[in-house]
Amino acid sequence: MENKKRIVMDADRIDRSISRIAYEMLEDNKGAEDMIVIAIRTGGILLARRIREKISHIEGVEVPLGILDITLYRDDVIMRGKKPKMGETDIPFSLDDKRVILVDDVIFTGRTIRAALDALMDFGRPRLIRLAVLVDRGHRELPIQPDYVGEKLPSAFWEEVSVNLSESGGSDEVLIL
Amino acid sequence: MKLLLKGGRIIDPSQDMDERSDVLIDKGRVARIAKDMSLSRNKGGGSTQIIDLEGAIVAPGLIDMHTHLREPGFEYKETIRTGAAAAVAGGFTAVACMANTNPVNDNRSVTDFILRQAAAAGLARVYPLAAVSKNLEGKQLTEFNDLKEAGAVGLSDDGRPVISSGLMRQALEYAHSLSLPVISHCEDLGLSEGGAMNESFVSTDLGLPGIPSISEDIMVSRDIAIARYTGTAVHIAHVSTAESVEMIRRAKREGVAVTAETAAHYFTLTDESLRGYSTNFKVSPPLRGARDRDAVRQGLRDGTIDAIASDHAPHASMEKDVEFALAAFGMIGLETSLALSLALVGQGIITMGRLIELMSLNPSRILRIPGGSLREGSIADVTVIDPEREWTVDPSTFRSKSRNCPFEGRRLTGKAVLTIVGGKILYRDAEFLP
Amino acid sequence: MTPASDNAITLTRKDLLGLKDLSRDEINLVLDTAESFKEISTRTIKKVPTLRGTTVINLFYEASTRTRTSFEIAAKRLSADTVNISASTSSVVKGETLVDTAKTLEAMNPDIIVIRHSCAGAPHILARLVSQSIINAGDGFHEHPTQALLDLLTIRQRKGGIEGLKVVIVGDIQHSRVARSNVYGMTTMGARVTLCGPAILIPRSVEQMGVTVETDMKKAVRGADVVMMLRMQFERQRSIVFPSIREYSQLFCLTGDTLELAKKDAIVMHPGPINRGTEIAPEVADGPRSVILDQVSNGVAVRMALLYLLAGGRQ
Repeated sequence: MENKKRIVMDADRIDRSISRIAYEMLEDNKGAEDMIVIAIRTGGILLARRIREKISHIEGVEVPLGILDITLYRDDVIMRGKKPKMGETDIPFSLDDKRVILVDDVIFTGRTIRAALDALMDFGRPRLIRLAVLVDRGHRELPIQPDYVGEKLPSAFWEEVSVNLSESGGSDEVLIL
Repeated sequence: MKLLLKGGRIIDPSQDMDERSDVLIDKGRVARIAKDMSLSRNKGGGSTQIIDLEGAIVAPGLIDMHTHLREPGFEYKETIRTGAAAAVAGGFTAVACMANTNPVNDNRSVTDFILRQAAAAGLARVYPLAAVSKNLEGKQLTEFNDLKEAGAVGLSDDGRPVISSGLMRQALEYAHSLSLPVISHCEDLGLSEGGAMNESFVSTDLGLPGIPSISEDIMVSRDIAIARYTGTAVHIAHVSTAESVEMIRRAKREGVAVTAETAAHYFTLTDESLRGYSTNFKVSPPLRGARDRDAVRQGLRDGTIDAIASDHAPHASMEKDVEFALAAFGMIGLETSLALSLALVGQGIITMGRLIELMSLNPSRILRIPGGSLREGSIADVTVIDPEREWTVDPSTFRSKSRNCPFEGRRLTGKAVLTIVGGKILYRDAEFLP
Repeated sequence: MTPASDNAITLTRKDLLGLKDLSRDEINLVLDTAESFKEISTRTIKKVPTLRGTTVINLFYEASTRTRTSFEIAAKRLSADTVNISASTSSVVKGETLVDTAKTLEAMNPDIIVIRHSCAGAPHILARLVSQSIINAGDGFHEHPTQALLDLLTIRQRKGGIEGLKVVIVGDIQHSRVARSNVYGMTTMGARVTLCGPAILIPRSVEQMGVTVETDMKKAVRGADVVMMLRMQFERQRSIVFPSIREYSQLFCLTGDTLELAKKDAIVMHPGPINRGTEIAPEVADGPRSVILDQVSNGVAVRMALLYLLAGGRQ
C-alpha cells in the first residue's frame, strides 16, 4: 500500500488554505467578536489552533477554543461490538448567543458533523454555527455542507484521506492512502 | 425357564472367586457355577436361555443401601416404580430406601405400603428402612420390633441427625437387641444450619454460607463413643471428611462395631465443582476438599469404609432451578454410581473384587438381607457389567423421574448391561443384548 | 465519519459478574471510561444520546435505594430506558423460580439486566440463562463489583494510583460482598490489603485471597493509605454472633485517635449508608480525610461506564 500513497496538499497549500479560511471567517463575521472555535476531537484540534493563530495574527485577539468529543453522540456506537476510546470534552465557557465555528480536518459522510451539532446543542444555544474543514473529500450521506473549505479533493470511497500537521511530528501534508 | 450365563468373568468376593466360568440359574436361584457348562449335561428338562457374556463381568447383584425413593408423599420427584427402574438400569438388584417420606416411614402401614408398591413394580428389590424417631423429630423412638416384622431392614432418620445423644444411645441399644442396623446421618445442626456448601476457601470465595467438616466429625465421634460404650453397632452414612474416615479406621482397629458407607460423589468431586453455582452440586453432606476426597478413596481401599451407596436424592426442577442458597440438597446417583466406582478400579485405587464387596457383599451383610453372593443356592440376583463400555451421561435418558445429576456430559467407562433379579432379566442394555 | 477501529476498546465479555475475573487492563479501562463520563454529570444538560433505544432492567430482589438510584441515574444520563423491578426473595420462594423470571425477562428483550439478590450466585445463574448482559449489583455475601470499581476510582483520584498502597478493610468481612470485590480488585491492581474485624466474622481461609488478616484494629490501621470501613449489618448475619453493637464499637469503630495511626494523608472510605457511632465516629465521617461523598458521585460515573462498555456486546 505504501507505493499508492500520494501527497495531495503540501505545506504551502495548507498554509494558504488556512489563511483564506481565517480571512473568510472574519469577513463573514465582521471581526472576531463573539466568535468561538470548537474543534472536533481529535482531527480538528491542531487545525483549530492554526486557525486561531491566524485570527490572532490578523485581528490581534485570542478567540476562545473548545474541544468537543463526539463519541457518545455517534450513531453507530452501540451497533459495533467495540467501543471507540473516549476523549475529554473541554468547553469551559457558555455557547449561548455565540458564533461558533466548528472545525474538523476532513469532511466525508457528514455523520461526524451531525453528531457534533447534536452535542453542541447540549452545551447551550449558539446564535449560529458554521463549519470549517481543510479537506472536503465528497461522499456525503447527510445534507451537510461546510461553510469554509480548504480544498475539495475527489477521492474514492475506500481511500483514506490523512491530514498531518507538523505539531504531531513530520511535515504539513495531506495524503491519500 | 433356565438361564445360562456363559463365558463371563465371575467375580464373587463371598467365595473369593475371580475366574472365567458359566453360571446356571434355575427357579430363581443360582443352580451351578462351572466352566464350559454344556446344555446336554444339564438335567431337569425345560428350555434354557443361553447368553454369551464373553468379556463381561458377572457379579452378585449390586445393592444400594441408601436411596431416597420419595414415595409416599413426593411422587413428583420419584416413585417406587421409577426409582426401582433407575436402580435396575444402574445395575442394582436391590435398594434400601430411606424413611423421610410423607408420611414418614415410622409405622407398619407405611412399611407395608412401600413393600406393596415395590412388589407391584416388580423391578429391583426394595428394602424399607424405618425411622429411628417418630416423624423424624428426634423425640420418641418408633416401634422397632413392629417395623422389623413388617419388613423394615434397618433404622435411620437420614436427612436429619438424631440430635439427642440420649435418644441415639437408646436407639443403638434397642436396635442391637433386635439385630437391626442403625444408620446414622452425622450432622451437628448447630454448626451446619444455614450452610449451603463445604466451609473452605471456596465457600469464602463464592460468598456462600459454609458447613464445616467438624459438623460431621463431631457426630461421627459421638456415635462411635456410644457404640463403644454400649457395645452396640452403628453404621455411618455418607462419610465425606478425612477426619471421619480416620476416626472410623481407629474405632474399627479398637474393635468397635462401626461400619460406614460413602457415595460416589464424595470420592469423585470436590467443592471446586461449585464454582459455577450449579445447584446440581449441592448435596448434604457437602462436597468437600481434595484432601477429604483422597481420604475417602483411601478408606475405600483399606477397608475402613465398607460400602458405596448412591444416596440417590431426586428433586424436581423447581427445587433445583433456583438460587443456590434456596436449592434443595441432593443429587441422583442410581444410574451413575457403578461407572463412577469403576473409575476407582481404572485408577488402580481398588480392585474389581473390592468394588463388588463394596457394592454388593458388604451392603447385604450390614443390612442382613439376601444377596451379595453367587454361591450355589443363593437367590439369583446378578449384575452383568461391561467394564469397557464408554458412554456419556445424559440425564434426559435416565429412568429416574428427576434430572438433578451433576455428571451431565461426563464420559464414563463401564456400565451394567444385564440386571437379573430372582432369575429374571429386568434390565438389558439395548446395545449389549438387543 | 472517521473509522472507530483505531483505538477501539471494549470489554470482551457479556456480563460483569464480579471483579475476581477482571484483569488489570479491564479495570483500568472501566476507570478511564468512568473518568471521561464524570464531565457529563457537571453539564447543565446532563444527558448524552449514546444508549438511546437501549433498555436497562433493574431487577432488585433486595431493597436498595442507593445502588438502584445510582444505576438509574447512570442509565438515564446515557438516554437508556430504565425499568425497575422490585421482587422480594420470599415471593420468589413461593412462586416463580429464577429460571422462570429469566425466561420472562428475556422474552421482553431488554439489553442489560442489573440484578441485586440476597443469594450469592444468582447473577451467574441468570447470566447463563439469558443472552442479555448481566451486571451484578450485589449478590449475597459474594460480590458487589460496581461498588469496588467506584472505590478504586476514588482511590486512584485521591492517591494518583493504586499499586503499592496499604488498604485496610474493617468490619464484618464474613458477610460483606463489598469486602470480597474490593479484595479482588485491589489485589489485582497491586495494593496490599489487610482485612480487619472480629475473629468470628473473618471467613475461613480468606488469607488465600492474598490478604493479611488482623483482628487488632490499631495494628491494622498503622501506616495505612486507605481505611475502608464496612457497614456493620447485624441483620445480614445468619444469627447474631457478635455480643452487642456496643462491644463492636469499642473494638472496631474508627475514631480520630485510631485514624492518627494511619499515614498523614490517609483517606477514609465507607460504602454507605453509614452507622454513625457504630463503625465510624461522626467527626471522622465528616472530617477532611473522608471521601465518602466522592464515592457516591464516582458511583454514577462507574455505572455509566459499565453500561456504555457492555451495551451492544450481546452475541
